Amino acid sequence: MLLQSITFLPLLGALVAGFFYRFLGEKFVTIFATFLLAVSCILSWVVFFTYPEGTIVKVLLSDWIKSADLEISWMLRFDNLNSVMLVVITTISSVVHLYSIGYMSHDENWEQAEKYKARFFAYLSLFTFMMLMLVTADNFLQMFFGWEGVGLASYLLIGFYYKKSDANSAAIKAFIVNRVGDFGFALGIFGIFYLFGNINFDPIFLDAKKIAESNYVQLELFAFLLFVGAMGKSAQLFLHTWLPDAMEGPTPVSALIHAATMVTAGVFLVCRISPILELTPITTSIITVVGTATAFFAASVALVQTDIKRIIAYSTCSQLGYMFVAAGIGFYQAAMFHLFTHAFFKALLFLGAGSVITGMHHEQNIFKMGGLRIKMPYTFASMLIGTLAITGVGIPFAYDLFNLQIGFAGFASKDAILEGVYASKTSVSIYAFWVLIAAAIMTSFYSWRLIFVTFFGKFSGDFNNYNKIHESPITMLVSLIILVFGSISVGLIFYEQFVGHEAKSFFGQSIYIAKSNHILHDFHYVPAWIKLCPFIAMTIGLVLSTYFYLFDQRLMNAIYNQHRNLYTFLYKKWFFDELYKIVFVTPAERIGRFFWINFDGGIINKFLNLVSLNFIPKMSKEAGTIQTGFVTHYAFAMIIGLVSVTILLIVYVVAYS
Amino acid sequence: MTYLLSFVIFLPLIGAITLMIFGNEDKKESIQNIKVLTMVTTLSTFIISLGLVFLFDPLGDEFQFLEDRNWIAGLRYKIGVDGISLPFVILTTFLMPLVIAASWNVDHRVKDYMVAFLFLESLMIGVFCALDIILFYVFFEAGLIPMFIIIGIWGGKERIYATFKFFLYTLLGSILMLVAIVYLITISGTTDIEKLHEFIVPSDSFYLFGISVSGGIQTLLWLAFFASFAVKMPMWPFHTWLPDAHVQAPTGGSMVLAAILLKMGGYGFLRFSLPLFPEASIIMQDAVFLLSVIAIIYTSLVALVQDDIKKLIAYSSVAHMGFVTIGIFSMSHQGIDGAIFQMISHGIISAALFFCVGVIYDRTKTRLINDYGGLVSNMPKFAMFFMLFTMANVGLPGTSGFIGEFLSLLGAFKVKPWFVAAALLGVVLSAAYSLSLYKRIIFGNLIKANLKSLPDLSFKEIVVFIPLAFMTVFLGIFPFLILDLTSSSVSLLIGNFNSELQFGRLIISQSPSITLLGN
Repeated sequence: MLLQSITFLPLLGALVAGFFYRFLGEKFVTIFATFLLAVSCILSWVVFFTYPEGTIVKVLLSDWIKSADLEISWMLRFDNLNSVMLVVITTISSVVHLYSIGYMSHDENWEQAEKYKARFFAYLSLFTFMMLMLVTADNFLQMFFGWEGVGLASYLLIGFYYKKSDANSAAIKAFIVNRVGDFGFALGIFGIFYLFGNINFDPIFLDAKKIAESNYVQLELFAFLLFVGAMGKSAQLFLHTWLPDAMEGPTPVSALIHAATMVTAGVFLVCRISPILELTPITTSIITVVGTATAFFAASVALVQTDIKRIIAYSTCSQLGYMFVAAGIGFYQAAMFHLFTHAFFKALLFLGAGSVITGMHHEQNIFKMGGLRIKMPYTFASMLIGTLAITGVGIPFAYDLFNLQIGFAGFASKDAILEGVYASKTSVSIYAFWVLIAAAIMTSFYSWRLIFVTFFGKFSGDFNNYNKIHESPITMLVSLIILVFGSISVGLIFYEQFVGHEAKSFFGQSIYIAKSNHILHDFHYVPAWIKLCPFIAMTIGLVLSTYFYLFDQRLMNAIYNQHRNLYTFLYKKWFFDELYKIVFVTPAERIGRFFWINFDGGIINKFLNLVSLNFIPKMSKEAGTIQTGFVTHYAFAMIIGLVSVTILLIVYVVAYS
Repeated sequence: MTYLLSFVIFLPLIGAITLMIFGNEDKKESIQNIKVLTMVTTLSTFIISLGLVFLFDPLGDEFQFLEDRNWIAGLRYKIGVDGISLPFVILTTFLMPLVIAASWNVDHRVKDYMVAFLFLESLMIGVFCALDIILFYVFFEAGLIPMFIIIGIWGGKERIYATFKFFLYTLLGSILMLVAIVYLITISGTTDIEKLHEFIVPSDSFYLFGISVSGGIQTLLWLAFFASFAVKMPMWPFHTWLPDAHVQAPTGGSMVLAAILLKMGGYGFLRFSLPLFPEASIIMQDAVFLLSVIAIIYTSLVALVQDDIKKLIAYSSVAHMGFVTIGIFSMSHQGIDGAIFQMISHGIISAALFFCVGVIYDRTKTRLINDYGGLVSNMPKFAMFFMLFTMANVGLPGTSGFIGEFLSLLGAFKVKPWFVAAALLGVVLSAAYSLSLYKRIIFGNLIKANLKSLPDLSFKEIVVFIPLAFMTVFLGIFPFLILDLTSSSVSLLIGNFNSELQFGRLIISQSPSITLLGN
């Protein structure tokens, strides 16, 4: 019951909030939904700590699809891999629920009489349920159910401010781009069924080696297609365009869905299918390259953005790239570790940004802020800690010296990835290493830029508004504090379990590591200068950012002006949206219109009408007197016709027999 | 019990005749009585038909509730259901009360309207139960007449054009089928569908006007049946009658048309094309797949640019039927299961979507998408139901729409992976047109003055929506309930298909090749 409760309490919350708020009151259902999530969260931590290592528990709920040799059940699966996800999902989700009570209490997008809070909480809880279904799936199809289910929740929440046309368009964009990824995912599932005759995880993982020997090329192809699904959900390069637009949704949504949980589903998928990926080197190389490219691309775009949420969104995109690189080089533990720590500090940054935005009365341009540390000290402190965590501040070599990784959350996990990349000896690892170091410099630069421009210097918005700026209510601050605690400590506490000496037993059977893959061991023994590299990268970014944004901002502007084209290129996000519009969106509409007017309205219709509408009625027109214009008379004529045809038929058959 | 199936078929007809004799429209109360009587008839038909489900043995693969008696002039009245036809019977009886409820505010020639729908129900159930090919043909064709009347009398402005187009297109296909049926009877000497299933139609290639026809007579007969079913489905490029018919049809007519009449094409493929002409079905597989994939992509793209809500949903129906034909002609168990499931699911979802259109059309008398916007502000309940059915139409897992698409493509993947990849593009496109439709009608600011006063769903409308919504979600979560029902019959179908295929080939290899009509 414990395990079912974790998954289904959020669903209960969603149903109550969604359907019964009229009877129970908005206030009650929002608190009720938050309470249920808190319970689910506590249970998840209980499971996480007491879970016997290396076991897999399955809870059968019901049959689902049965068709010949295809048998799929609704089944909850719990193992060491998804117990991590449970903790991440339910913790961040309860924090976000709590935060939203404050954040949603006064929303200027709605009129007085409009009820929106219950709907918001229903969607949030629904999302959490779907996400839990995704991670507890025991087969690809249930995973796909959760996969599209979180897509639905994401669609509903991005478009939450449904009166805003931009929000609707962003929601649709998110859904459709994800569908492109799901196109790959679905084909991958078909392929897996074709190869294995099964879509349940365990039998597939068991047979993977055998299939890799007999159908290697197909297995590579289908593994790649599954990764395409992951690319869509995790906003990797080429399928990333929806994520920045998704910032149209309320900020708690960005924290929960578009930073901490849903977008990491792709990383989870990749880790889940480690028994397949360990046998498909080409696909893993592709994953590494795509992850690296995304990390670099998104960081470069984040350098020049001005919208506080978009900066953090691109930052998310970039960090997801790091996770994929880790998975691509076979270091799944580090991917999960970064997923885990990132959830805390990125949710913190988003909720901090949300606090800033409410304080600023819905201003999101950081260059219209400034000096906010005085007005919003708690928010400032939280954002600062989030930034220390994401840029990876910590003490190098501490693990070697004291057997303890001393540093903020991001330090522990990101350094592990970078060291792992160097230690891995795949064909693309050197390229990946240096590009990721470059991305780390940029990460540090844009993160500090955000802090300096927002909280330091002079207020640069409309001065009349300055006095209205206020610190956020207590529920929001409490939520921040929980995440601050996480961002400081989870790296330190869980290093040993995720990537240290306990990692093997911690993940048990849930991650498959090929015999030739020694990365978990090797990454501890990279040269000292490699271990120093991330630290140096972080420092370079910090120094540059301090100089440009604290001391001499005019120089920065001068540089921008000198390299106008580069600046536009980055500011316009490498022109992906424009490109896609030219290549996909406009042609689809043009072709559709062309087909409709020239074929449906033209050739096909004319031809068929010529045959049926002209030819036959013309013959009947000869008997024009019968045409009375009443449909019933035609119908009567038809019945007579039908009866005569039938009689002819009967006569024919009788005569024949 | 022996007459149970006949009872289900003819109960609506009895209701119709009662109405014709006793119904009059002099007073308000008598009009009300007509509606109530129709509702009682359709509801009892549904309840009695549920008895079929309980008494049906899902493990048996033969036809059940058989009735076989003399009809007129040596023809036989033979009916029965198996796992393939039973779901369609239930779909029909389930939807009819809802269609009647959706038509509650018809105010023009109410008696005729109800009589037409009751007639139609009997004929539709008859199509799915007939086990004699002539009986099937009579039901199949006669169903056109009430539909013709429904669109022609209660339809929109261009109804006469639409009815003729609808009628003549389908009739043209049917005439070819009729010729094929007559030929089939002459060579087999039976009209009994069960016996026809055992009969092996010659498939020796021959030359027709100098062109080699592989599959021989089978292919010609297959094409003649195809002409009828492909128009009915409708498959690209025979689909152009459908948008016109839907746009002109009254709400109830659209619901029946999309939900049930279209399914007769798919049912026909399963009942006749595959079992009677296995060799030809194999030969034509690529062609059907190609047409289906074109249908999916082409009509989805066309749906993207529609201005009329009903047209958009009509085109979307054509695209969804593409998955059905892919599933059927994959000739695999999952594919056929998926095709049947897709038809049932689409029956529910398309009926619901056309009812959604009906709900707002009743209030505003316009079907143009641009005349709407921001309805969520004053019609939140409607917005919720419409969202559910939009998502089901998109094929979201957890709704019935997903299961059919998934299974039919899964089955086809083994046979033709490239076609499946192309068909999956339709899944992306369906999200594009469905969500943009939803956005333009429901979301945004409520600016247009005439929309501001629109009331939300009435109790009657909610009563129609709830069963549809329930079934959409229920079948998405527990689809095995239908799959269990169809399983043995589908196994039998595939088993017979393969053995007849082999046997037919054996005959060919032993007999000298023949030529017909020159060489």
